[in-house]
Amino acid sequence: MTTDSSGGPAGPALAIAHAVREGATSARLVVERHLEAIARLDGELHAFVSTLSEEALRAADAVDQQVADGGDPGPLAGVPVALKDNLCTRGIPTTCSSRILEGWRPPYDATVVTRLHDAGAVVVGKTNLDEFAMGSSTENSAFGPTRNPYDPARVPGGSSGGSAAAVAAGLTPLALGSDTGGSIRQPAALCGVVGMKPTYGTVSRYGLVAFASSLDQIGPFARTVADAAALFDAIGGHDPCDSTSLERPSPRVASSLDSDVSALRVGVVQELLEGAESSIVSAVHAAAQALAEAGARVDECSIPEVRHALPAYYLLAPAEASSNLARYDGVRYGLRVDAADVEAMNASTRAAGFGPEVKRRIMLGTYALSAGYYDAYYGQAQKVRTLIIDAFARAYQQVDILLGATTPTTAFAIGDKVQDPWAMYLSDVFSVPSNLAGHPALSLPFGADPAGLPIGVQVLAPALGEATLFGAAAVIEQAAPAPSTPRLSDESLLASPLGSR
Amino acid sequence: MSEGGLTREDAAYVARLARLDLTDEELDTYAGQLAAVLEHAAAVAALDTRDVEPTSHPLPMRNVLRNDEVRPSLDRDEVLAQAPAAEDGRFRVPRILGDAP
Repeated sequence: MTTDSSGGPAGPALAIAHAVREGATSARLVVERHLEAIARLDGELHAFVSTLSEEALRAADAVDQQVADGGDPGPLAGVPVALKDNLCTRGIPTTCSSRILEGWRPPYDATVVTRLHDAGAVVVGKTNLDEFAMGSSTENSAFGPTRNPYDPARVPGGSSGGSAAAVAAGLTPLALGSDTGGSIRQPAALCGVVGMKPTYGTVSRYGLVAFASSLDQIGPFARTVADAAALFDAIGGHDPCDSTSLERPSPRVASSLDSDVSALRVGVVQELLEGAESSIVSAVHAAAQALAEAGARVDECSIPEVRHALPAYYLLAPAEASSNLARYDGVRYGLRVDAADVEAMNASTRAAGFGPEVKRRIMLGTYALSAGYYDAYYGQAQKVRTLIIDAFARAYQQVDILLGATTPTTAFAIGDKVQDPWAMYLSDVFSVPSNLAGHPALSLPFGADPAGLPIGVQVLAPALGEATLFGAAAVIEQAAPAPSTPRLSDESLLASPLGSR
Repeated sequence: MSEGGLTREDAAYVARLARLDLTDEELDTYAGQLAAVLEHAAAVAALDTRDVEPTSHPLPMRNVLRNDEVRPSLDRDEVLAQAPAAEDGRFRVPRILGDAP
């Protein structure tokens, strides 16, 4: 187990697992306490689409029974975890926050869900998202927006806004999200928690409802880097059910967190600070300074090609989405709006079931793939993707990791950007390059802006550089200012995650 | 495609391809918003990429096939129970073909 400077567990999830395995507390007590907090606070926060109290208590009892029998319930024994509601759970509604899937109960579990069970974690609920993970604010949910725990008038970011808000508010120490263009890291930054997108292919996508298959990755949310590393370890590794899953042994990063960074070369990417608020730029420089003080060599660097990432992303991701979402045709699952023939049934079902942003992306993607425009838009964007990958490869000849901002701004007000899609898309400007390259990247909280809203610093690494990524993040975390308590949160659970009363 | 933007007719053509039954108001909104996004894409479209290979996928992977071994698949009844309409162990859909000429 990773420990903090005083020798204790380096995060609430690790503390819970340790206590449950030692018999110092019970999984039931921990889970009950978190379910109570959800029941009390989520009416206003709206981080959850559904809570799974009965299932969670049953799972907690099974963990406690294993401990009583002298068995090992796993590294996340009794730890509550929330799942973004685009992760399939067998027999339990999985909505993608869309009307088109309302009431659908998947016939199988996502591989990450099975792995969480195997690790002893307890799923307490499913979290709100922008419909089909398309958005940067969680305002595109068919079930209404999630609130930012630091200021309920502001967005939590998106698309995994429910998972980020739930972790920040203390309703769960861990959550999973999915990141196609920043959908883990951006809400993590806006809610003041740790969020990480793994190398493409390290975490199985089996059972993740597809948005843009060449970009999607599942990853962890946590309140500390060590907890995020433990969750990443639990879900990663090869899966024969996902043909894009890398054939390599399960990564183990939690054990490398105390790694020495004195030999590390760090590049602060100028293009990943361009247009960012001044308090965010200062936080990134302070994070770089922390690495320098730990002995790393820090230089500024420039990767001009990343400026092309956002427009390329907003051709590629919608193109893949338009193809992936063709499956919602009113035939096999979810909503059907009856009509005289099958094509009219398809078109009316999709018109009634999809919200405005999903329709917009399907239109954009269909256009980018249509005859006469394919080469100019989709084909060209694929070539720009190559340029960005090559540019990262050149940068990583000089440095081991890169630093930048996660987002250009802190949390914005609900309603601020809904009328202007491009303004909303700009929230992802610093996060999409890692998705296009398939590289891992992590956002961790580092101080607050003058209004007290959390700031995220982003650490980027080359493919399969997770151990270096988490190690550097842990060093930065040590230097980060202590976070303030969110206005909408369970203060006692944030202070004492074991839930002792 | 009209000069400097998309018309309602352009949007209607794309909506038909995408099997989306949109209102005229929606078509006008999306025509304008798509044009705005494509303006940002223009910078990408203008880049010189003559000798650049396209990337469709971040991993250098070829087709991945599993061994041809019999193994359980999803339970048919469990799957059909989630369908809007099913009959005789199959998905039921409205008429696909028109009347015979």
